[in-house]
Amino acid sequence: MVYDKGKVITGLVVFLIILLSPLWYNALSGKVEPSLKLSMPKEEKSCIEERMFMRSNHMDLLIKWRDDAVRKGIRTYKGLDGKVYRISLTGTCLSCHIDKAGFCDRCHGYSGVKTPKCWDCHNIPKEEGSKV
Amino acid sequence: MDRRKFIKITGITLAGVTLGMGDSLFGKVYASPQNVKRWAMVIDIGVCLKNPECRDCVDACVLTHNIPDFNNRKDEVKWIWKARYGDVFHDSALELTKERLPSIPIPVLCNHCENPPCVKVCPTKATWKREDGIVMMDYHRCIGCRYCMAACPYGARSFNWREPRPYIKKINPDYPTRTKGVVEKCSLCEERIALNKLPACVEACKHKGMALVDTSAGRLDSYPSIKDRHIIARKTHLGTKPRVYYVL
Repeated sequence: MVYDKGKVITGLVVFLIILLSPLWYNALSGKVEPSLKLSMPKEEKSCIEERMFMRSNHMDLLIKWRDDAVRKGIRTYKGLDGKVYRISLTGTCLSCHIDKAGFCDRCHGYSGVKTPKCWDCHNIPKEEGSKV
Repeated sequence: MDRRKFIKITGITLAGVTLGMGDSLFGKVYASPQNVKRWAMVIDIGVCLKNPECRDCVDACVLTHNIPDFNNRKDEVKWIWKARYGDVFHDSALELTKERLPSIPIPVLCNHCENPPCVKVCPTKATWKREDGIVMMDYHRCIGCRYCMAACPYGARSFNWREPRPYIKKINPDYPTRTKGVVEKCSLCEERIALNKLPACVEACKHKGMALVDTSAGRLDSYPSIKDRHIIARKTHLGTKPRVYYVL
């Protein structure tokens, strides 16, 4: 036995409509699929580790690289294919991912992850409008 | 077992354990692996005496390590710079040195001390002494407290009071810049040594007045070129054991 059945149900429906409004909005405005187009390296087909690994663990790998190079003096890293890479953010990562704004920044911006402070010191090769 | 016997056995056991520990700590020779180097720098003052205008070492370092020039002595960032002999060795017997010597500019840099006071005071281990003797900086960890600057008796450390990038004439893309709020200093070009290259200053000195030497290989005077010459170092009375040697 529910008192004021009509009001309660109407209220619930209105609440759900408001709650799901972002979904409604996107569906009606045509932006159904989230679109994120990153500028990928053209010549290289694979990164130093698997794509999914890099996607979820690149931050940990970069921290490991930092500690290896600065604190342990280890300056090379053996990648997935057995190839040995020089540990260098500017020299190795950005030599392939030339477009930092279209790769790093675009994804960080899209996912709302604050850009880390790497670039306060590490150089960005030939970025337009950059002082480097 | 009576009380007497129990105490005897306990005593003997304790003594044995203590002696055993003592043996394991002090009885052994802790030899370092042979491939570990012990870097030091040797600077020939005789060369600087003949070429007082030369700044090759300083200029090479500035270009290699993206050192800013604020055109302002208060904010100055220095890794290697030139200072008058008389100021650098103000505690030495100046009256015994050659007349012209005190006014001659000689290169000064981080001494990569054997007993570095900067390392002792750093609260975040952003600076530490590597096995090969290089006193290293990890700029990622530096919180800018400047304790190390207070501790260094050689003034070899500089603080970035301002954002350095706009004041770097030409950025070397192979070496990072620093950022506002961190302390920086000479790294003895550890990044070049890792690639089997000489430090930038040593390589740049066209008069061959600087050398990087491995002191783990033997005494400094076992090097023929400095064999019979007088070797001095800065402020040795402080006990920091500096590893930048000057040859007179």
